[in-house]
Amino acid sequence: MAGFRRYATYRVATAASAFTNTVFGLLRASITVATVGAAGGTLAGYDARTVATYAWLTQALIGPVQVFQWTELAQQVRTGAVAVDLVRPMDLQAQYLATNLGRAAYMLLPRGLPPLLVGALTFGLTLPTDVWPWAAGAVSVLLAVQISFACQFLVNLAAFWLLEIRGVMILYVVTSGVLCGLYLPVHWFPPWLSTLAAATPFPSMLQTPVDLLTGRLATPSAAVGALAVQLAWAVGMLALGRLVLAVATRRLVVQGG
Amino acid sequence: MREQSRGAGGGTGPAIALDALTREFVVHRRVGRFRRRRDVVTAVAGVGFTVEPGESVGYIGANGAGKSTTIKMLTGILTPTSGTVRTCGLRPVPQRRTLARRIGVVFGQRTQLWWDLPLADSLRILAAIHRLPASVWRPRRDELVERLELGRLLEVPVRQLSLGERMRGDLAAALLHSPSLLVLDEPTIGLDVLSKERLRTFLREEQRLHHRTLLLTTHDMDDVQRLCDRLLVVDHGRLVYDGDLAGLVHRVGARRVLVVDLVERAAPLTDVPGTDLMGVEASGLRQRLAFVPGTTTAAEVLAAVSTRVEVRDLSVEEPDIEDVVRRLYLTSVR
Repeated sequence: MAGFRRYATYRVATAASAFTNTVFGLLRASITVATVGAAGGTLAGYDARTVATYAWLTQALIGPVQVFQWTELAQQVRTGAVAVDLVRPMDLQAQYLATNLGRAAYMLLPRGLPPLLVGALTFGLTLPTDVWPWAAGAVSVLLAVQISFACQFLVNLAAFWLLEIRGVMILYVVTSGVLCGLYLPVHWFPPWLSTLAAATPFPSMLQTPVDLLTGRLATPSAAVGALAVQLAWAVGMLALGRLVLAVATRRLVVQGG
Repeated sequence: MREQSRGAGGGTGPAIALDALTREFVVHRRVGRFRRRRDVVTAVAGVGFTVEPGESVGYIGANGAGKSTTIKMLTGILTPTSGTVRTCGLRPVPQRRTLARRIGVVFGQRTQLWWDLPLADSLRILAAIHRLPASVWRPRRDELVERLELGRLLEVPVRQLSLGERMRGDLAAALLHSPSLLVLDEPTIGLDVLSKERLRTFLREEQRLHHRTLLLTTHDMDDVQRLCDRLLVVDHGRLVYDGDLAGLVHRVGARRVLVVDLVERAAPLTDVPGTDLMGVEASGLRQRLAFVPGTTTAAEVLAAVSTRVEVRDLSVEEPDIEDVVRRLYLTSVR
């Protein structure tokens, strides 16, 4: 609830982000469509229309999944304000997880719809007409939000040791951006890179929900399998976050009096 | 049930019990261009005291004396290096979440309110975090809003509140769940005289009305005089005084100050027996001499001064609590 309201306060900021996501959607859709054209009309199962759909859907999910950097917890540690979070009768990870869910819920429509609308008008989108891809996609997006949060939470925990995590965060954003399929579909990766990506939680943050929403994982078994992988990453990364948090709070030094 | 366990100071045991509490920090100092030296600093060194339910205790000391570190250990934010802490009968670090339901904490230099949201939203969210039913928290909020005069501010985003308004909001946030112990780390810092006075009146009421235990750190001696029945003075991580204000004044020797206005400019009167020269004003025309009433009298001091210079006018200033504490610090350092 706190997350939803806090982000809902800044409507102009949201509008500006949605505008940016849309402009970059135009760029990315143009580039990927041109690539498919150059490859002779299809590339790794994508044709011009489905690859445009991929580009626009990933743009729509940037906000809710929070593909780019989140450093709120690190700031709290850096300034010592984390002391305030710690005197609440709620687990620190649970507090931030709840806030992030609220944020994602708020971002879904204002930052998701504009890119999709513009994409539909300019390129035309191929979206499923059945209920099932949408249902699986919705679950998948929810899991993607959790995985992204769990990973960013871990990166933020580094602040308990390093205080300043800008460098670590930049490394994370670049790596995760490439491996989650934000710039190019994971299916276009050379074999060694797709093997590497499959060993990380990153494809589960963006590629998997988009694959489900576009009906690329059409069979029920493939869909369930993809969701199971996501669930495993979500649970695993959150558990790892709790473990590191327990160590971190034991060695905590509150900055600045 | 929950209300019962919270009410009346939260049980029979002491609100706070510390024994031989110690906390060390590792500090990296820069030596030379690249090298850093690792030093161990002892912020709190074997502090022990007990606070009973319903007491109002001032925890005072100079900057860096170890006040905030102690507060963080007894609220469960910091792990002690050694020694024991019990707050409301709980071990703060392992039982931090349970403890958080029983205590309220205000950090004067930070806020627990959500910066972007109106105060009303922050209070609603806190009620949800503390899992308070509407029948409990709404009447409590209304009481706090009325007594802290927050009605006009409820719908204003916290970032737009003045410091005094925000502090009252923070107090409401810390007291919404009716904690038996309220810990305040410099609650009046940066406030104007009027805001400070309102805050003190409110805290006194809160202690008397709801039998709440207060522990506050402060540099403001008016806070001490108005709010604290008992004082704990720390210096360099050690407890150097535990008792009431009168006892403290007696212990360090309450000093009165004789202010003399002279007819002509004179050299500083540093050699008057039994006095310390506190200050020279108007290039020697006004001089301030402090003395301890037990060892000498104002008349003796005046007589001694009169043998040296001609006095035109005089007045006597009564003991100043700030001076008392300053002297306590000085004596404990030596």
